[in-house]
Amino acid sequence: MFYRETGQFKSTYGDDQALFPIIQDRWLLGAILLVAFFVVPFIINDYWANAILLPFLIYSLIALGLNILVGYCGQISLGTGGFMAVGAYGSYKLMTSFPELNIVFVIIASGGFAAAVGVLFGLPSLRIKGFYLAVATLAAQFFLIWMFNKVGWFYNYELSQITSPPREVFGVLVTGAKASPAAQYLFTLCIVAVFTWIAMNLVRGRVGRGWMAIRDMDIAAELLGIRPLQTKLLAFAVSSFYIGIGGALIFNLWLGSVEATEAFDILQSFFVLFAIIIGGLGSVLGSFLGAAFMALMPVILKLLLVDGFSVSAVHAKHVEFILVGSLIIFFLIKEPHGLARIWGITKEKLRLWPFPY
Amino acid sequence: MDFFQALLITPFVIMWEDPLFLTETLIKGLMAGVLYSLVALGFVLIFKASGVFNFAQGVFALFAALTLTGIMDMMGDGLPKPLVIIIALGLTVAVMVLLAVLVERFVLRPLVNQELIILFMATLGLSYVLEGAGDLMWGSDVKVIDLGLPTDVWDVGGVFVEQLDLVAAITAGSMVAVLAVFFNKTRIGRALRAVADDHQAALSVGISLQQIWVIVWSVAGIVALVAGIMWGSKSGVQFSLSLIALKALPVLILGGFTSIPGAIIGGLIIGVGEKVAEVFWFDLHGGAVENWFAYMLALVFLMFRPQGLFGDKIIERV
Amino acid sequence: MKLNKLVLGAAAAAVMASAGLTSIASAYEYTIPQLVYRTGAYAPNGIPLANGYLDYMEMLNQRDGGINGVKVNVIECETGYNTKVSVECYENLKGEGESGAVIINPHSTGVTYALIPKATEDQIPILSMGYGRTSAADGTVFPYVFNFPTTYWSQASAFIKYVGEREGGMENLKGKKIALVYHNSAYGKEPIKTLEVLAEKYGFSFLKLPVDHPGQEQKATWLQVRRNKPDWVFMWGWGVMNQVAIKEAAAIRYPMDRFIGVWWSGSENDVAPAGASANGYLAGTMHAPGSDFQVIRDIKKYVYDAGLGSGDRDRVGEVLYNRGMLEAIFSAEAIRKAAEIHGTNEVRGVHVRDGLEALSFSEADFTRLGLEGFMEPFAVSCEDHEGGGPVAIQQWNASEGKWVIVSDWIEPMHDIVRGLVKEDSAAYAKENNITPRTCS
Repeated sequence: MFYRETGQFKSTYGDDQALFPIIQDRWLLGAILLVAFFVVPFIINDYWANAILLPFLIYSLIALGLNILVGYCGQISLGTGGFMAVGAYGSYKLMTSFPELNIVFVIIASGGFAAAVGVLFGLPSLRIKGFYLAVATLAAQFFLIWMFNKVGWFYNYELSQITSPPREVFGVLVTGAKASPAAQYLFTLCIVAVFTWIAMNLVRGRVGRGWMAIRDMDIAAELLGIRPLQTKLLAFAVSSFYIGIGGALIFNLWLGSVEATEAFDILQSFFVLFAIIIGGLGSVLGSFLGAAFMALMPVILKLLLVDGFSVSAVHAKHVEFILVGSLIIFFLIKEPHGLARIWGITKEKLRLWPFPY
Repeated sequence: MDFFQALLITPFVIMWEDPLFLTETLIKGLMAGVLYSLVALGFVLIFKASGVFNFAQGVFALFAALTLTGIMDMMGDGLPKPLVIIIALGLTVAVMVLLAVLVERFVLRPLVNQELIILFMATLGLSYVLEGAGDLMWGSDVKVIDLGLPTDVWDVGGVFVEQLDLVAAITAGSMVAVLAVFFNKTRIGRALRAVADDHQAALSVGISLQQIWVIVWSVAGIVALVAGIMWGSKSGVQFSLSLIALKALPVLILGGFTSIPGAIIGGLIIGVGEKVAEVFWFDLHGGAVENWFAYMLALVFLMFRPQGLFGDKIIERV
Repeated sequence: MKLNKLVLGAAAAAVMASAGLTSIASAYEYTIPQLVYRTGAYAPNGIPLANGYLDYMEMLNQRDGGINGVKVNVIECETGYNTKVSVECYENLKGEGESGAVIINPHSTGVTYALIPKATEDQIPILSMGYGRTSAADGTVFPYVFNFPTTYWSQASAFIKYVGEREGGMENLKGKKIALVYHNSAYGKEPIKTLEVLAEKYGFSFLKLPVDHPGQEQKATWLQVRRNKPDWVFMWGWGVMNQVAIKEAAAIRYPMDRFIGVWWSGSENDVAPAGASANGYLAGTMHAPGSDFQVIRDIKKYVYDAGLGSGDRDRVGEVLYNRGMLEAIFSAEAIRKAAEIHGTNEVRGVHVRDGLEALSFSEADFTRLGLEGFMEPFAVSCEDHEGGGPVAIQQWNASEGKWVIVSDWIEPMHDIVRGLVKEDSAAYAKENNITPRTCS
């Protein structure tokens, strides 16, 4: 009843190709953004920032990055943790070597480092495919983490734990412990919003279609005139760029202090991969939903069990494990194409509701 | 110049000067390889028959070993030791079979015909459930496996050989032999191979997919039990046991996901390769390279054979 | 995105509802959030630590009605030894109750690093007893972080003193070879700098052997030990790495009484899988093992006899249990001291920090606390958050199944360690624009 597109005519090509052609979608998104930008910053506290919103936003960005590679271009990668570490350590080196650099530039530059490293480890993808490609990215994962733990230069010859120094944007602190949660949240939100918008346009344009052609069948795509080398490497570069920015955000905004072996280990790579599978491969919305599921579901379950039902902390953890596991299996059985697909089906239903015939 | 010397000359000088040490390194490498193979074997079995890359295989090993020690603890000291061990082993196998039935019923059957990556994801869910359940049932303390396996060391002309490692090697060898006979000589084994080849064709000649899956997952559970016992004898049974799956990944990739001999030979190559590299090449430079070196080694092999050493040849058509 | 907001909203409502329920409690009580890891890879160590802490506080509540008559409310939050989860726990619990968190025990080196800036900002003191960032011993740069009674660097220097003693004098260290088998992380790398400085000073050679997390496979490491034949092996291990290392050391027939573990590598768990072959293995410690202390008798009487124990009665008195209990004792004494200084029982985190800085323990204090012979006297000050307490070496007796202290209490080399601490904290202060406060 409320979600009908009847009567919405597209009279120009511009209208037809808009990111959100349906007026209700635009309103909904606008409302969400409005709340996110103008309401949340005024009511946010440390807990909401550090435990819920920052992890959700940052993992969404990382999941989006990986989704570009896995979901759109069809190349399985388990090197996410390593590329995140490149972003984090890159930003640390930049910030400590050039203290006057603006943090926005630092974050984007560290994405650039990650992109370069990503291209390097993407090279074997030309020869190795499918699950076997995971080995090249796993090599990246383990090698990078080893390197950041081993080579003292990356952590300024202290112990291998790095701490983010305080930096400002427009005179407002965004990193370091003195930064207010609202500033940290807004800063992260801006970055995530901008790069999500870029990604949405990227995947529906020529570049994105090239990736999808490669994903669906690379030999056929090659016959169509898509160059596998450039296309695959571009996917690796863009994907690692996003992941690197995510890593830099995790280090600077969220945790404030990380150690490569712990914060960016192989389990992180699996974590993000699982987030995009449960969210929906090849879907921008899916990246957000998947990140929300994987990052927030344990927190929500914990809060419910411990605070809601007064289960002891340790039993709550066990039950939480069992529940998260069962939920994953349940959702996969219900809808193997991810949460984004469930949303899509809901929209279809809404379109006809309340008169389904 | 120094760099090239350290890379190309010094390691060989060390090997030449101390052949006993070289021998010991090789033996330890092979033994470590056997342990990797034991874990990889479970992956291969499941992948071959049901096309599932079972992320939960490491947790299976943990769960099996936990169940074994838990049951042995519960039976207490009243009965004679060998009897306790036999009963506990029997019960654990029963639990693993039950687990296979449950997995087939509640995970595989509803997800039949889904893509590889979806099934992979489902096994992640499975591993979460088993981690929680295992902890909840048996607690998180370090438990000692006491099966009376030998723990001593033999001194063979200056080379130390651990008896436990030998036991592991013999067990792995006999297990592969049994599996080979099972696959090639029995009716179920042939049905298994048919399923591995083509699900639909197998179905059409009257092979029950569900039955085969239960069997394969049970066998993989038993393999996990053996791996859990061998690794657990060294470290005690504790949560970290579930992480041994990571050690099996490069082995799998090197040997190919579908080949049992591949798992064994891949394990041996990785085991020897990483030990030799660590001890002779990277020792002087701070080391701890084993983790990534295993993958680099696998990567080099894959550059020449993209389907793994023994994997099925990939044929691509438009 | 809509779905997710809905779920969040529901969760938020649930949290708020429950927060409303818990805030009805009227009497003032001390809230102490405990970041524990009773699950995950390090759970075997986390469980006794957490139990010791809980039981002691419960004993205080039962025996004395709390601290100065104010009840202590320990809230556990399960982290699984994961930094990200720990941050969530910290943010969730830091404002809990009327008092807010009065003190926090992060229970992991990584978490300590992440919480140092946050807790300093929130004015909640961190007690990272014998772990965390060693240079936090400099109270001028780290006003809210405490790592007494002694630190990794002090411990490393004490090990060298012990080795010197066993070798028959420090001069005999010359030409000896000492290997360090360490967990390849910030934690494991802690002693390297100290040992390198000492290697130069005393002329022994120093060999570093890293083991990657988790450390189930260490054949290569021990092959190198076999080839290089060090006279002594030190170990900075954690979790499964400890059990495997002891097993592997036995497998190359390395003499166990020349193999010394850090205090986190010397619990009953670590030696259990190796069985008889672990006999004679040494480890550092800052307190005595065993249950022959008045305070433990009190815990058994007031907590376990009343059926309130958090763990197995038989496991009270294990090394890590005692360590958790010691942590609780220090926390409680700091609160007591803070109440004394500020003349009120309603102390908050910022007050407890003053209490921590004023802590000093004499033999008489230990007797009062039921800790006779448990450890040596030490004192914390505004400048020195380490306290500089001595370290002892304990040895595993496999046939009796218990740890026994076999050395005297060894005074660390304060002059050397202090210099290193100053150097490191100065670098931290510079990087983070911190002006060290003055302490007089």
